[in-house]
Amino acid sequence: MSIYYIYQDHLRCIGCYACEVHCKTKNNVPIGPRLCRIIPVGPKMVSGIPVMHFIFMPCFHCEEPWCVSACPTGSMQKRAKDGIVFVEQSLCIGCKSCITACPWGVPQWNPETGKIIKCDYCKDRVDQGLKPACVTKCTAKSLKFISAHEASLLKRERFVRDTYALLYG
Amino acid sequence: MSETTYVYSMCGMCAVRCPIRVETKNGMVTWIEGNPYVAGMEGSLCAKGSAGLAFEYDYERPQSPLIREGARGEGKWKKASWEEALDYIAERIDKIKAQYGAKAIALADRGGLFTDLTKAFIKALGSPNYLDHDDTCAKNVNMAAQTLFGYGRGDIGYDFANTKYIVLFGRNVFESLQVREVNNILDAMEKGCKITYIDIRATVTASKSHKFLMIRPGTDYAMILALMHVIIKEKLYDIEFVNRYFKDFPELESFVTQYTPEWAEKETGIPAFEIVNVAREAATVKPKVIFHAGWMLARYIDSFYASRGLYLLNALMGNIEAKGGLIIAKGAKDAGKKGLRSLAEGIPEPQDKIFDADMPNRTLGTGHIVNLYKAIKTGEPYPIKALFAYRYDPMVSLPDPDEQKKVLDNLDLLVSIDVNYSETAWFSDVILPEATYLERSNIICIQKGQKPSFFMRRQAMKPRYNAKEGWEIFTLLAHKLGAGQYFPWKSIEEIWNYQLEPTGYKIEDFDAKGFVSLSKDPILMPRDAIKFTTPSGKIEVISDKITKIGAKSLAEYQTPKKPDEGSFRLAFGRTAVHTHAQTQNNIYLNEIVPENHLWINEKEAEKLGIKNGDTVKVSIDDYKGFIRAYVTPYIHPEAVFMYHGFGNEIPLKTRSFGKGLKDNKFQKGLLETVDPVGGGVAFLNAIVKVKKA
Repeated sequence: MSIYYIYQDHLRCIGCYACEVHCKTKNNVPIGPRLCRIIPVGPKMVSGIPVMHFIFMPCFHCEEPWCVSACPTGSMQKRAKDGIVFVEQSLCIGCKSCITACPWGVPQWNPETGKIIKCDYCKDRVDQGLKPACVTKCTAKSLKFISAHEASLLKRERFVRDTYALLYG
Repeated sequence: MSETTYVYSMCGMCAVRCPIRVETKNGMVTWIEGNPYVAGMEGSLCAKGSAGLAFEYDYERPQSPLIREGARGEGKWKKASWEEALDYIAERIDKIKAQYGAKAIALADRGGLFTDLTKAFIKALGSPNYLDHDDTCAKNVNMAAQTLFGYGRGDIGYDFANTKYIVLFGRNVFESLQVREVNNILDAMEKGCKITYIDIRATVTASKSHKFLMIRPGTDYAMILALMHVIIKEKLYDIEFVNRYFKDFPELESFVTQYTPEWAEKETGIPAFEIVNVAREAATVKPKVIFHAGWMLARYIDSFYASRGLYLLNALMGNIEAKGGLIIAKGAKDAGKKGLRSLAEGIPEPQDKIFDADMPNRTLGTGHIVNLYKAIKTGEPYPIKALFAYRYDPMVSLPDPDEQKKVLDNLDLLVSIDVNYSETAWFSDVILPEATYLERSNIICIQKGQKPSFFMRRQAMKPRYNAKEGWEIFTLLAHKLGAGQYFPWKSIEEIWNYQLEPTGYKIEDFDAKGFVSLSKDPILMPRDAIKFTTPSGKIEVISDKITKIGAKSLAEYQTPKKPDEGSFRLAFGRTAVHTHAQTQNNIYLNEIVPENHLWINEKEAEKLGIKNGDTVKVSIDDYKGFIRAYVTPYIHPEAVFMYHGFGNEIPLKTRSFGKGLKDNKFQKGLLETVDPVGGGVAFLNAIVKVKKA
């Protein structure tokens, strides 16, 4: 797994789809493929509130990326220095093996080039010490670009805070 | 070699105009982000804001001046040079002026922060007829605020960041969104602020609230009256504040006695105990409580009173000029500074009165776009023969475009100045393409608030097509139309220097952050010396302004008509990814929400044999349209709903052409149906039939 993680604060996410557009404008993605997605779930009535969730689906940058194993040309790669999984465009032959391999449907078909494109955490920005476009410009500051280690700390603290707040708050 | 530069500017994808930082490489914009120096922005931008890049590089927008060749609206255009287009306009204006006088010229402006320029322009032509879009937006709210406090809606801000309890009547803050407001509310929620959301349907805002109450359409005023009833009866109000600042409190007290929560339950469908709870919850944390008095509240014929009631609820909480409540926006003078010099300075006042100054059945205020249509149609009180529509598209924002076309056809000249092919532009005689917000600089504006600032929109790249910046268009027009002496400008810098001259600030002061803050700390009036600018200096429950037009300050509630079986009140609203009817053709925004659907209550749908995803026929009189149904329990059975801004009829905008339905086509016969006091259009008086197709 990459040393990075994008944490989504569901209490702040308003499902505005800005992350998708931030990504598409930054990476110049044509119509069709979307490197990250917001998938709405609900509404479902919970204690009188029609609750909706908006699930953020970027690439998870697996420690053992099946898309990389499935790629016959070595186009799909994992960066040694930080584990970011990306496509080397010059090597991609458009065979779509990675689409078959990835359980989350992360690799995207680019109809203009006939090749695969995917979320690479905006590695050119990361290399400049910046954050991915989706995080940098998130409307509601719901997305956070943090280390995988911080992610579990944050998640656990958040779980306790929210659960206790519900019970005793 | 690539050269990267950064420009601080203001977004233009919607009318919020968020502060932005724009990156350009070799003179082309490559990246837009929220201004990192502005609290609540810090890089953040909404979907529309980012899609500004796609808008810039789109070719499906006007690329040169166009002069109509066929009949109005036929879509036949002749490409023209600026010189030709301006001459065409000048020739017609000269004739109109000779025959009817300058007062026959009107300018309808979308409105906003840069109107000093357009107001100066129309004044320089010698006409009093300046209008904005407010009849279809906040007019009722603005008038409600003015009659109570003396301040307009725009002069009263909401201190969301510090509040503890927010009550929203259909104010869909998380979809009809403003980035800073969203973040202020979310920050407050993290600190324990609760939201009660009241609407006819469950929006994203409902989903994120702590309490959602589905209300019967058109009965907000009933609930608001009952809230006042409980607050006054249970003495939950801020007694000291009310004693000090209210004029006519006893009248209010006796007026609301009849409006019990039990009565309101029958009107609204909201249980009486819930109404009592909202009143008590609000009072517990007062004054850190906000009853949002409405943004776009051109909805019903009692929306003025609903908004006024909401402002009164705030005042009862004693939250005016209190942290976490409603704060009067401060200007340059309040910060001990000099204001910007107006471009209209030195231009003589037009001799004639604005066309609706003495119209019969007057609503509050003047310059109503609805009244302009009356004047164009009847020639009373005098003929209006030329109309400039600047950044403004009444054909999609006012009801009944077919009726509008008949009215507008009485004009001898209709000119649209816009960055888009708007529906109004398509019906115009001349389209003058304005440079996009990334391609133009605007005059400097002031953003009033607790901490007022001067803001600057600055050109980030040269226009890609044969378009011009707004200041230049109006300067050129003024020269052609014989008012050049009032528009001596050669560059935007000249204008900026002229505006800044009394303030002591320089253009360079905007370089570092794009704005100049006029006050380090929030400015608040002392609690015991709040200045209201009403005639009495107090909060006027009974207002002479209202009495003067023959209306009541405290008006009895009237039950709205219930639609017949199979008929529904047509509601409309916003998605977070589109701005009114302006962005449906944007490649990226179109990809996310390409068309609208019809929300319909599941029980009503079942009665009509409609299943989720079915195509349904929506009709009114002899007009009909087809649309897919979104069947849900989360809309009131008396209403159906669609997103506004779809059903584009301009073939040059290929991505959105013919996609979805246009709500205002179903607002048949409502062009003159307005709130009789506030003057806002009563859009939700549209009742449509729905059938399975």
